[in-house]
Amino acid sequence: MSARAETLPATGLRLPRLGLPSLDALGAWTLALIWIAPLVFAAWAAFHSPRDALAFDITAPWTLDNFAAAWVAAPWLRYFFNTMMLVTTILAGQLVLCTLAGYAFARFAFPGREVLFYLVLLQLFILPEVLIVENYVIVSRLGLFDTILGIGAPYMASAFGIFLLRQAFKQVPKELEEAARVEGCGWLGVLWRVYIPAAKPVYLAYALVSVATHWNNFLWPLVVTNSTTTRPLTVGLSLFAAPESGVNIAVISAATLMSIAPLLVAFLIFQRQFLQAFLRAGIR
Amino acid sequence: MSDTDSLDRRRMALYGWMLLAPALILLTTFAFLPTVTTVWQSLFSRGTARRPAEFIGAENYQYLFDDPVFWQVATNNLIYAGVTIPVSIVIALGMALWANGHLPGRGFIRAAYFTPTMLPMIAAANLWLFFYTPSIGLIDRIAGLFGIGATNWLGQPETALWAIIIVTIWKEAGFFMIFYLAALQTIPPDLREAAVIEGASRWTYTRRIVLPLLMPTTLFVMINAMINSVKLIDHLFILTKGGPNNASKLLLYWIWETAFSYFDRPTAAALTVMVLAVLGLVAVFQFRGLEKRIHYR
Amino acid sequence: MTKQFLKAACAAAVIAGASVPAAAEVELTMYYPIAVGGPLTEVVDDLIAGFEAENPDVTVNAIYAGNYDETRVRAISAIQSGDPAQLSVLFSIDVYELLEMDLIIPFDDVVDTDEDRAWLDSFYPALMANGVVDGQVWGVPFQRSTIVLYYNKDMFEEAGLDPDSPPTTWDEMVEVAKALRTDDRYGIMVPSTGYPYWMFQAFAIQNGIELMSEDGTETYFDDPAVIEALEYWRSLSVEHDVMPEGTIEWGTLRQAFVQGQTAMMWHTTGNLTAVRNEADFEFGVAMLPANERPGSPTGGGNFYLFQGASDEEQRAAVELIKYMTDPERAAEWSIATGYVGISPASYETESLQAYAEEFPPALVARDQLEYAVAELSTYETGRVREALSNAVQAALTGSQTPEEALSAAQATADRLLRPYR
Repeated sequence: MSARAETLPATGLRLPRLGLPSLDALGAWTLALIWIAPLVFAAWAAFHSPRDALAFDITAPWTLDNFAAAWVAAPWLRYFFNTMMLVTTILAGQLVLCTLAGYAFARFAFPGREVLFYLVLLQLFILPEVLIVENYVIVSRLGLFDTILGIGAPYMASAFGIFLLRQAFKQVPKELEEAARVEGCGWLGVLWRVYIPAAKPVYLAYALVSVATHWNNFLWPLVVTNSTTTRPLTVGLSLFAAPESGVNIAVISAATLMSIAPLLVAFLIFQRQFLQAFLRAGIR
Repeated sequence: MSDTDSLDRRRMALYGWMLLAPALILLTTFAFLPTVTTVWQSLFSRGTARRPAEFIGAENYQYLFDDPVFWQVATNNLIYAGVTIPVSIVIALGMALWANGHLPGRGFIRAAYFTPTMLPMIAAANLWLFFYTPSIGLIDRIAGLFGIGATNWLGQPETALWAIIIVTIWKEAGFFMIFYLAALQTIPPDLREAAVIEGASRWTYTRRIVLPLLMPTTLFVMINAMINSVKLIDHLFILTKGGPNNASKLLLYWIWETAFSYFDRPTAAALTVMVLAVLGLVAVFQFRGLEKRIHYR
Repeated sequence: MTKQFLKAACAAAVIAGASVPAAAEVELTMYYPIAVGGPLTEVVDDLIAGFEAENPDVTVNAIYAGNYDETRVRAISAIQSGDPAQLSVLFSIDVYELLEMDLIIPFDDVVDTDEDRAWLDSFYPALMANGVVDGQVWGVPFQRSTIVLYYNKDMFEEAGLDPDSPPTTWDEMVEVAKALRTDDRYGIMVPSTGYPYWMFQAFAIQNGIELMSEDGTETYFDDPAVIEALEYWRSLSVEHDVMPEGTIEWGTLRQAFVQGQTAMMWHTTGNLTAVRNEADFEFGVAMLPANERPGSPTGGGNFYLFQGASDEEQRAAVELIKYMTDPERAAEWSIATGYVGISPASYETESLQAYAEEFPPALVARDQLEYAVAELSTYETGRVREALSNAVQAALTGSQTPEEALSAAQATADRLLRPYR
């Protein structure tokens, strides 16, 4: 009896609300604070003069000068625009291609399907990042060098997307499909009327993952972009913050915050949906 | 009857291929074809306008094996993988257990753990640069409070790679937490109640019940972490550029450098082939696991 | 009203990435690097705008592409993937690599009038050294520098030193640095990331030895005098404790100096204006100290002309380069950055004379040109430089002795250069 009373509070995690914070709360909070510390200090630096930023004087005056300095030093609007175009292009391509392919794998029997599916899965491991050398040659030959399409094309036939949608489509009851057929829907009609609506949550999740991934992607865009008109935010930021440019840490922090702000704000507002989306996309 | 059946089957096959065609074309163009040309390219000497490339068989590989830098970079990458994979998994698991509990401020805790995932690695590197700067950076300030002198974290071979590793763990642990969180939520609450009634300690419950149930997730997360240990190198561009004296150089960064800084495509191709071989092994491992998982269902 | 509309239209065009079509007959693309502090892309944009105003039939896309290495990568990638660039500012020492890849043409091919030839002869000879190969001019100086010694005069006074007599020899530099060293600050910092081989070349030159042969096929990294130079650099931290151990970051060093973490630093003159704008103390600039002799390598970027351009494009490119290297513009550029005025004539301009009157350190880099030596440049230059840079870092971080490190670098260089001998 007494043993049970001992273990309950520790297991339940419900009680520590009373009295002192439990060891768990302490640990969790410490880790959380460590985890956002880099961001907090970037914010601190961004709003203070370079000298004050390094002096850690709490009373130091706040300033927006760093943002002003960072804003005029690079074509950020253009970079934002490029990144938006990039993630949109990739997502559009992925949605179309992966839907078709996922549908084929889920509902069509044809010779070679298994082998093909494994080939597609193999692409999970042949990362576009690793193939930068040859993909650069191919993209150049196709005349796509330094274009948004060139950055996006290698990611469009996403094995992850095909896999996810195949799983999602497989779970749609056959009866729904048959009912739609009775009403005279063709193959594509069934896809459009039955499967796509049924997989809506998966689409949402996948879209969020895709946008976050490509918003943050760096190496491949670095290789295939050459000008302000295509450079996404990450590449622009790396150029701006390269140690050689010798801009000071306060301005770098301001630029960094500026470039992560859209995604971060979106995340904080839609936190629950974001986490849900990642959960859904991940566990199947 | 059987005629229409086979006609139907053939039509199905045709539709299937048609639906697959666009994805297959792109996959071939940007995954399979470049894999093949990478292997092919790695067998040639580096050509320049004045000296055309010629077939040299495995010489590029021999050259790499003879190059101490190759062994150093490979070792670095092994350490990188060997540390980031288990440590970020363990931290992710701890995060998930905490974030799943009913702690005060749970929303904040979850958001804090997950935030690094939303940041580009380049931006993350900028934030950490501020931390690592000798004597004026935050870490040295804190160390200074304890009377420890300035440390040149990114400028010393003993610490540079570890500085890189820490950023990677920071970046990916929150991402892995999500998968654990999802898995934890599928564990029926009766299991815990039963354990409590049995008088099992929390540790026993976690070890005997939770961890085994999380095994498939751990496998999935581990594969992801393995891939990341090859792929996550963006912060090198900002923090160390692989230095000092190659102490923090990782394979993919070196591939980039060889191909795009020294314009030595064949050597880069040979390196790529080796990385692909390792990833292929991981793939085989994964497919086996996948088959098992499918078996479970 | 119309004005505002035009403004908006221009902004829209810029955002859309369209080049403003002003009856442009020739369109030029050039890549350029920036390796020092300050909002220099604006300065370059202004220079380009000035040229376009004078030459309405030429449109120039000037693309900022990062540091020198990144810019080389970008320019070459562009050309290889069929995106033409007619000219670029690249590392002055990339010339052999560009030649080997057969990407550039000599200026002699385009320049035909006596006036143009006089223009090619108008630059400081030390700055032409890296650009002339086999008697032909492949590179024309633009953002060129030498390494100079920056020192904090306030700290000199505080330490009881004469702020007007900076150290002139290696031994003096150690003495002075020791006097300046306190618990909170170092005596001297020499950057060892970014361009470690460049800084090291300065030590080697001062120790009376050159690192490479004139034809770019031999290096002398394991020469005893070279090893001695590296030992001296290392001794600054290990033996004399006036410099931090490990490597020192090129990019943040300027800030460290401005923040007072070091009393002296070696850095490119290209940072002069940025230091001037940021320092809230009196600072001085001096030539690097001498051992066997004074000296510094030159550094920085040259203009190159790429193959594959049409005759008009080549003509226009040369006109652009002439415009950018004109004494007035060179003076403007030197004032904006601290880079060396590339021709004697630029120092004769009113603007630069007035500036030097007010701010004498602006002349140090020029005066040092007399002792300057061409920067390390060989075939396979990227990898040879990397080998030397690694050796420098290995020695400075103590993972190898200077002798071991430099012997290894020499072995690497030998292996890389053998095919070219």
